[in-house]
Amino acid sequence: MCGIVGIYLKSKKFEKDLGKMLSGMLVNMESRGPDSAGFAIYKKEKKEEFKYSICINNLVFEKFKKDISKKIKYNSILKNSDHAILSSKENPNKVLSILNEIKEISLVGYGRSIEIFKQIGNPKDVVKKFNLEKFSGTHAIGHTRMATESAITTDGSHPYSTGSDECLVHNGSLSNHNNLRRDLIKRRINFKSENDTEVAAGYISNHLSNKKNLKETLESALSDLDGFYTFITGTKKGFAIVRDEIACKPAVISETIDYVAIASEFQAMAHLPGVNIANIFEPQPGIVYSWGN
Amino acid sequence: MKLDLKKLKLRKINETLQSIDPKKNNKNYTILNPEGNHAICVGLTDDIDITVKGHVGYYCGGMNQNANITVEGNAGTGVAENMMSGKIHVKGNASQSAGATAHGGLLIIDGDASSRCGISMKGIDIVVKGSVGHMSAFMAQSGNLIVCGNAGEALGDSLYETDIYIGGKVKSLGADCIEKKMDNKHLKKLEKLLKKAKLEKLKTKDFKRYGSARKLYNFKIDNVSSY
Repeated sequence: MCGIVGIYLKSKKFEKDLGKMLSGMLVNMESRGPDSAGFAIYKKEKKEEFKYSICINNLVFEKFKKDISKKIKYNSILKNSDHAILSSKENPNKVLSILNEIKEISLVGYGRSIEIFKQIGNPKDVVKKFNLEKFSGTHAIGHTRMATESAITTDGSHPYSTGSDECLVHNGSLSNHNNLRRDLIKRRINFKSENDTEVAAGYISNHLSNKKNLKETLESALSDLDGFYTFITGTKKGFAIVRDEIACKPAVISETIDYVAIASEFQAMAHLPGVNIANIFEPQPGIVYSWGN
Repeated sequence: MKLDLKKLKLRKINETLQSIDPKKNNKNYTILNPEGNHAICVGLTDDIDITVKGHVGYYCGGMNQNANITVEGNAGTGVAENMMSGKIHVKGNASQSAGATAHGGLLIIDGDASSRCGISMKGIDIVVKGSVGHMSAFMAQSGNLIVCGNAGEALGDSLYETDIYIGGKVKSLGADCIEKKMDNKHLKKLEKLLKKAKLEKLKTKDFKRYGSARKLYNFKIDNVSSY
């Protein structure tokens, strides 16, 4: 069991409240996943800049900052608990190869607008530690994990990001991920963990890089991914949900003129503004629901 | 009597409803701010009326005996699961496994019910005014499932002796589920159940009846009364 949540804002009205809205959703989903929690939040992009979300683990921030400044020319590096957001105008491939070589850190995501924070611990504590309530943005995705398939670690926490501005959260378990992983490694997709969800994220990255849109990608995932899943996935401008054909893993959607909210259970969104007049429905099995592009 | 989930703990509310003092003669209760909480109104045994003002989470009204529960919103997984008697009326949609394993009573859903509606039902009557999802009445043993709209894939898979009446279209039938002849006694039974759900205006002849082909389990006509 895990809890998945997401919000996509259709108007600007709640941009400043996005972190607060998501925070309440994650805390409410503690009952479905007390082992670890994480979230991806999409902010307005700055021209030419790429942002790298880094978990610095046990490193002392000031020392990390000093060391990294010798290797990467950055515009800013901001500490948020044991994570750091590094912004740079340098070539992303170069920055990624430098960051991937530093064994003590985990690069949890990168892109023009995405920021990702994830850590082991109770969702309530994780949300507080990263001060999620203060975040603003356009859309966001979160996860509370009850570990089944791989260990309780930062790398085993969701969201998973295997491409620029992409992220995925998953409730369920895949059964053909080892085969798929081998196939995707041949197509130069890199994996950091043994986790099944990371393979699904890699599958999506591979399809998106082949110029397919998010909806088409998830439609092909329905035939290629075997197992139980409800996925919520985000890109720079897009947001989508899909459930496998058996649909054992729950999801509820609440849509108003201002936002689309998705959660494993309705109780996660009972606090959202205007939810009582929202159009509330369950996504049908095997059908992709998407917003933006 | 008003019971507010913002002020009282769920356990306290359920305990109150489970231990009604018959001398006080208070039969009407309203639950405020359910906010999708699970296990609201489970294990009730008295003949009381409860209105829940909003959406409920999992297993609302589970194991109910005698109580009359109205949910003014949507219901999560397993509404009325294992109900023995009484009535539960959901004014919105219901999630998966509505009425699962229930032995008796009446469950009315004004909207749609999603997958596995009436899974393993054992005697309950379920009336869904909208449509039901895939694998509804899976391994259903006894009772009646009435759906005014459509049914999803594999309706009545591995069915025992539940009668299924569908007003709309069936996407596909599950293993051992077949369309059956609608006799007068079936029309009468359907009419009675539609009336209970205040659906007298619907014509019973527009419904089709489905049931078990009795090839998957050892059906013995001598034991028919036990089903």
